[in-house]
Amino acid sequence: MTKNRFWGIVGKVGLYLLLTIAAVIILFPLYTGFVTSLLTAQNLDTYPPKLVPLDFQWQNYAEALRMAPLPRFVFNSFVQSGSVMISQLVLASLAAFAFAFLQFRGKQFIFIVFLSTMMIPWEATIIPNYLFIQKIGWDDTYLGLMAPFMATAFGTFLIRQFFMSLPKDLYDAAIIDGCSNIRYLVTIAAPLARPALGTLAVYSFLQTYNQYLWPLLITNSTNMRTVQIGIRMLQEFEREAWNVVLAGVMMIMIPTLVLFIFANRQLIRGLTAGALKG
Amino acid sequence: MAVLTKNAVSGMSKEARARQRRHEIKQWWRAAPYLGPSLILFAIFVFIPLIRTVVLSTYSTTPIGEMTKFVGTKWFERLISSPVYLNSLKVTLKFVLYTVPGVIVLSLLLATLANLRLRGISFYRIAFAITLAVSGATAALIFMFLYHPVIGTFNYLMELVGVGRVPWLTDARFALMSVAIPRIWLQTGFATVVLLAGMQGISEELYEAAKIDGAGFWHSWRHITLPLVTPSLFFLLVVVSLNAFQTFTEVNVLTAGGPVDSTQVVVHEIYRSFYFNGQYGYASAQALILFVIILALTIIQFGVIEKRVHYA
Repeated sequence: MTKNRFWGIVGKVGLYLLLTIAAVIILFPLYTGFVTSLLTAQNLDTYPPKLVPLDFQWQNYAEALRMAPLPRFVFNSFVQSGSVMISQLVLASLAAFAFAFLQFRGKQFIFIVFLSTMMIPWEATIIPNYLFIQKIGWDDTYLGLMAPFMATAFGTFLIRQFFMSLPKDLYDAAIIDGCSNIRYLVTIAAPLARPALGTLAVYSFLQTYNQYLWPLLITNSTNMRTVQIGIRMLQEFEREAWNVVLAGVMMIMIPTLVLFIFANRQLIRGLTAGALKG
Repeated sequence: MAVLTKNAVSGMSKEARARQRRHEIKQWWRAAPYLGPSLILFAIFVFIPLIRTVVLSTYSTTPIGEMTKFVGTKWFERLISSPVYLNSLKVTLKFVLYTVPGVIVLSLLLATLANLRLRGISFYRIAFAITLAVSGATAALIFMFLYHPVIGTFNYLMELVGVGRVPWLTDARFALMSVAIPRIWLQTGFATVVLLAGMQGISEELYEAAKIDGAGFWHSWRHITLPLVTPSLFFLLVVVSLNAFQTFTEVNVLTAGGPVDSTQVVVHEIYRSFYFNGQYGYASAQALILFVIILALTIIQFGVIEKRVHYA
């Protein structure tokens, strides 16, 4: 009995050890990045590299802000991601409502049309999209940054699935009572679908905030760059001042890290449900 | 009798059909405002561009993308004999082979650990999933520092274990692996989350029954956990490969395709062809080939999802 208990404790310690080693490996790049972002220039160049926080040179963060208009980049990304998010929430709710509650001919076909957009990779359409956005003069504008992502088949399915789990009687009763479709959607169905809407909101915001290729193609002026492109500019300016570059990197990760910490449940739900479009 | 029925049906159906038709049109008008916005956007940004990619792939263009001359299958013919394109396909395949097994093995390990019933496990779950919040560009920049030849942490660790300094990004033998590592790091977080969700869906009773039968941890992992997460594993296999085929960000930030094209993946080659060289037709042909590869993978993936019925 005591022997068993002894081995039980040893096993538990072993498991915690394993878990901790795994966590250290995963967190290592972020940790090193953070420690380095606080080093003074002298300590950055010394060998071996510093693995424990040696300095707390917060000026590096100010320096990063001085070297590149990071707040402007963050603002641009927020405008892009926020608009894409709102648009996806609205359009996906509308489409999901039609699929879940309305009867019409060809519903199956339109559903397949939605589905097929998820099978077409972004790369297969990016060249004409790029040419089109340039042609209508939307390059280097917020509209150009967000337009191709405003509708979402994935989000539509996510919300449709939720709508279909609502009791059908509720809808029928409301309609008989003279409630219009749009009012039912806005006042009853959408509030009930808050979990699904939350998932879509977090998912689409994060995906858009982390976009790289499209903003790279569509923005030219420094003023319109999004964070992911802008942060590379900082690296190109600063070259060897890695403490400053990493200070910038840490700053632009704050919004997504905050989102992750406060909404990881929604995010994880979105990723495990979808992950359809990488 | 037959005639009578037919008459009755057609007689009735004339009016009924007209009524039905009106009814259908009414239903259509009711659904249109709900579906219209999405459908219009899909038409503008998905379906028409897809057709235009097909058309572009058979045309010569000016350096700003205006179509000039129909060239048939010229671009495709050039592609299959182009060492540069064949190299990019090879590099992409290698990249898939570098990342996918790594991600699958690591995430299986991490998810198994995160699935343990221990106090404080939620802290570890968060730690394992944290890369969900990290973008490709920021990951690439952090690793660019870690790979730094002089002040980078990786070379310090390599010297510590006696391997010596590695020219991570500057040697064609190592560059692709160096680009794959941050990708593995990023995707492992995501894959762990998916696998953990799968593992938590397994009924507790199965494990209890196995315990009563005297099965140890390894035995129940091998015979209960692993078989029951195979759908998630297969799903991940496809999704992670799909993402690997579409890699761009890490390559663009870390190596821009070099040294000597050793990291020139397909999407980066497409980007170079149209954005820098102005060869829109040629780039479209490349994009179409990638589309076919990805479509095949996506169809497999949808087959899996269909079986899993796992949307929310």
